[in-house]
Amino acid sequence: MKLLVKSGRVVDPKSGRDAVGDLFLADGRIAAATGTPDRSIDAKGLVVAPGFIDLSARLREPGYEYKATLESEMDAAVAGGVTSLACPPDTDPPLDEPGLVDMLRRRAKALSRARVYPVGALTVKLAGKQLTEMAELAESGCVAFSQGNAPVADTQLLWRALQYAATFGFPVWLRAEDAWLAKGGVAHDGEVATRLGLAGIPAFAETIALAQLFELVRATGARVHICRISSAAGVAMLRRARHEGLPLTCDVGIHHVHLSDMDLGYFDSSCRLEPPLRSQRDREALAAALADGTIDCAVSDHTPVDEDRKLLPFAEAEPGATGLELLLPLVLKWGMQRKLTLAQTLARITSEPARVLGVASGRIEPGAPADLAIFDPQALWRVTPQALKSQGKNSPFLGMELAGRVRATIVAGNVVYEA
Amino acid sequence: MARNPQLNASGELQHLLSTEGLPREILLKILDTAESFVGVTERDIKKVPLLRGKSVFNLFFEGSTRTRTTFEIAAKRLSADVINLNVAVSSTFKGESLLDTVANLSAMQADIFVVRHGSSGAAHLVARHVKPHEHVINAGDGRHAHPTQGLLDLYTIRHYKKDFGGLTVAIVGDVLHSRVARSLIHGLTTLGAPEVRVIGPQTLIPAGAAALGVRVCHSMQEGLKGADVVVMLRLQNERMNGALLPSAQEFNKHYGLTAEKLALAKPDAIVMHPGPMNRGVEIDSSVADGPRSVILPQVTFGISVRMAVMSMIAGN
Amino acid sequence: MASLPDAETLCEQLARELKAQVKASTAMVGIYTGGAWLAERLHAVLGLQAPLGLLDIAFYRDDYAKQGLAKDPKRSKIPFDVEGRDLLLVDDVLHSGRTVRAAMNELFDYGRPATITLVVLAERSGRQLPICAQFAGARVEVPAGMRLRLKRDDRGRLSLELQRGA
Repeated sequence: MKLLVKSGRVVDPKSGRDAVGDLFLADGRIAAATGTPDRSIDAKGLVVAPGFIDLSARLREPGYEYKATLESEMDAAVAGGVTSLACPPDTDPPLDEPGLVDMLRRRAKALSRARVYPVGALTVKLAGKQLTEMAELAESGCVAFSQGNAPVADTQLLWRALQYAATFGFPVWLRAEDAWLAKGGVAHDGEVATRLGLAGIPAFAETIALAQLFELVRATGARVHICRISSAAGVAMLRRARHEGLPLTCDVGIHHVHLSDMDLGYFDSSCRLEPPLRSQRDREALAAALADGTIDCAVSDHTPVDEDRKLLPFAEAEPGATGLELLLPLVLKWGMQRKLTLAQTLARITSEPARVLGVASGRIEPGAPADLAIFDPQALWRVTPQALKSQGKNSPFLGMELAGRVRATIVAGNVVYEA
Repeated sequence: MARNPQLNASGELQHLLSTEGLPREILLKILDTAESFVGVTERDIKKVPLLRGKSVFNLFFEGSTRTRTTFEIAAKRLSADVINLNVAVSSTFKGESLLDTVANLSAMQADIFVVRHGSSGAAHLVARHVKPHEHVINAGDGRHAHPTQGLLDLYTIRHYKKDFGGLTVAIVGDVLHSRVARSLIHGLTTLGAPEVRVIGPQTLIPAGAAALGVRVCHSMQEGLKGADVVVMLRLQNERMNGALLPSAQEFNKHYGLTAEKLALAKPDAIVMHPGPMNRGVEIDSSVADGPRSVILPQVTFGISVRMAVMSMIAGN
Repeated sequence: MASLPDAETLCEQLARELKAQVKASTAMVGIYTGGAWLAERLHAVLGLQAPLGLLDIAFYRDDYAKQGLAKDPKRSKIPFDVEGRDLLLVDDVLHSGRTVRAAMNELFDYGRPATITLVVLAERSGRQLPICAQFAGARVEVPAGMRLRLKRDDRGRLSLELQRGA
C-alpha cells in the first residue's frame, strides 16, 4: 500500500527536523522520493511524528484476560499513537518459557496493530531463585530480561543473572528497589504516609538498590536499563554513574513526572502505583532529569486494573494505572512545563526509547520503518471511561481534561487506527 | 476530591472520619454537646428519644469488644436500634468486599454505619459510597484515625485542665502504629495546645512525625519534663517480637510509666490511656490505679462523646 | 399596636398567685433559657426547699428529623427526686405547646411526678397540642411572622420583646 501523508507538520526528534511537508510511504518504509499513492491522508494542521515507543505496557495476556485482552489493549495502544511497545514478563504464567513468548508474538502479529517486543523473565516464575533459559527466550523474540515489579532479594543470584546476561550481551531491565526495605510498604515513606497511616517505602530503598546495581554493572559489564526511577536521590546517583561512564539507560513512569504523594488526597487508590508516588521534590527532580537526558525516556507503565480491585482500602487496592492513551498528552504537558521544543519533547517517547530498544523505528528518514503517529497537540479531551479504548479505566486523571489527541496511527505503512 | 468529605455542603458534620481537617468550631461543638449528655448518663433513665427509629450498624472488621460495646451503649441511650456485625467472626460476610457488605446493609435501611477496619482509609472509602442520608463514623481504620477516641481524650483533657492554651501533652509509646495518637495530635494542634510531644524509640516514631506538629523525644527524661498530660499508648504484643523492639522488659525500663518517671511531669499532671492496658509493660499498676490516673473517667466520657457525635451527625 | 406588658410586674404577680399553691415538698423546674431565668426569680421569691431544677429539652424535641440537633444544648439538672413530687414547670412563653410536651416527656424519664403545674409568663395564640397553662401572667397578641421572647439585661432585669421569626 502506497500512502501519502500530506501537509503535516513533520517532526523528527532524531534529526531535529520540524517543518511542514509530505511523507511518502511504500513497502512499509518511509520512501526517499514521492510517488503515486493508493491513498492520501490530509495531515494539515496536525503533527506527524514517529510512532511512539512505549517500553512498558501490560497487555494482560496470558492469564489476566478478565482484566483486559490483547485486542482491547492493542486497540488502546494505536489509539494512543503507540506503534511499538515492550511488555513486561509479569503475565500469568510469567514469560519464562519460549512457548509462551512465541504464542504472544504470534497473537500480537496476527492482530496487526502495534509491534510487540516481549521482555522475558530473568528468573523462573520471577521468583528470584533460578535463572531462565535466556538464550532460548531471546531466540523466541525476547528483547531483554526483567523481573517486572518482583524483586531479586538474593544478591548473589542477581550477580549471577547479570553475569549470564552479559555473556550473551542481553540487556537486563530492572527496577531498583530493595526487597526488604520495600516489604509491606504501599506509599512513599514521608509526611503524607505518616498522616494517612500508610506503611511507607523509604527513598533509600531505591538508592540502596541502585548502589548495589551499579557495583554489579561495574563487575559484570552487563547492559542494565533502570526501570521507573522514582526519587531525587536516585536521580542524583544515576547522574554520577552516567558521568562515570557506566553503560546504563533509564526510564521513568509518565505518571511520576506529574504526580506526587500529595495527590493521594483522601486515599485515592487510583494513585496506588509501583513505585509509589514520592514527594513534590522528587517529582520535580524526575521532571528535570527527563528533560536533561539523565533519564532517557518516559513510559506509560500501562497496567489495566479492574474496578473491583481499585474499590478497596488503599493498601489493599491493586497498584497500577492505565496509560497507553495518556502517554502523548502527558508527555506534551511535561514538555510545555519544561519549555522544550516539540522535537525535544517527543524524543522521550520516540528516538530515545528506540535507542534503548535497539530498533530502527522512532525516526523519520528515508528507509526507516513507516511507523507514524498523526496527532493534534491542541485537541482537548476529557478522560472518561468511554473515551478510553483500554479495558483499564483506572487513572488518576479520570475526569480531567488533557490536550493531545491522535488522529491516525500507521504501522509498517498500514493505517492501523483512525479517529 | 477537594472538599472535606466529612462535611456536607453547608459545612455541617455528615460523617466523622478523622479529627484531621475538622474545623475548630466543630471540634468544640462536639465537646460541648458531649457535656450536655453527661447529665443523661447520670440519671436513672439513661435514655433520650433522639435517635428513636434510627438504625446503627456496628460494622467491625477488626475484633474489639470494648469499642463496639461503648458504641452500642451510646446508640441505645439515644434510643436507636443497634445491629452488631462482627465480620471478623461471621462467615456470612467473609470473602465479600467491604463495599459489597456496605451495599447489602444499606438495603436494610441503615442510618449510621460505625466502621472499624484493619486498613487505613477504609472509612473514607465507605463514606464515598453510602447514600446521601447515611452517615459513617470511623471507629478505627488501620493506623490512620480513631476520631471518637481522639475526641474523648480531648474531652477528658478539657474536663481536668479547662484550657488547651498553655498545655504540654506527652504521648508515649508506639506512635508509628497508633491511630489513637494521630487523632489526638490533630485535635490538640487544632485546639491550640502549644506543646505536643511524642516519646518513644526511633523504631516506633514515624518518619513524618515532625510534620504533624509534634516534638519528637527519645527519652522519658526529656519528654515528660513539665508535662500537664501524659497519654500512654498500648504496646501490642506483635511489636515485641524482636523486629521493632527486643522485649517488653526493656521497653518498660526506658518507656514504661512508673511513679518515678511520672514525677518528672507536673505535680498535677493527669495520666491517660486508651485501653486496654498492658500492666507492667507501658504502665505500672501503681500509676494506672493511682490518684493522677483518669483512665476510668475516660471510658465514661467516651459514651457521652459518642452520643454527641451520633446525635449531631444523624440530624444533618 | 398595644405595648407589651412589663415582665417584672408579671413576675411579681405570678409569685403572689403561686404562694398559695406551694407546699413544703413542691419543686420547681425551669426550661432553658427564658423559663430558667423566670424560674430562678420565682424560686428565690417563693423560698422553695428543694433546689431549682433546670431542663434543656434539646434531646426531646419533635423536630430533630427536620432541624437536626439544637444549636447549644445545655446540661439538664434535676437535683431532687421527681418521684411523687408536685412540680411547677416554668417557661417564658407558651405558644405551640411542643416545648412543654418535650419537657414533660423528659421529666417523666426522671421519675413519676404526682402533679405538674404549668407556669408561664405569657401565653399567645397558636396552640398545636392540647396543652394549657394553669398560671399565665398575661395573654399577648403577637402579629403574624413575629415571636415573643423574654430578655434579661446585665442587671438581671426581665423584659418581653417581639422579634421577627416563627
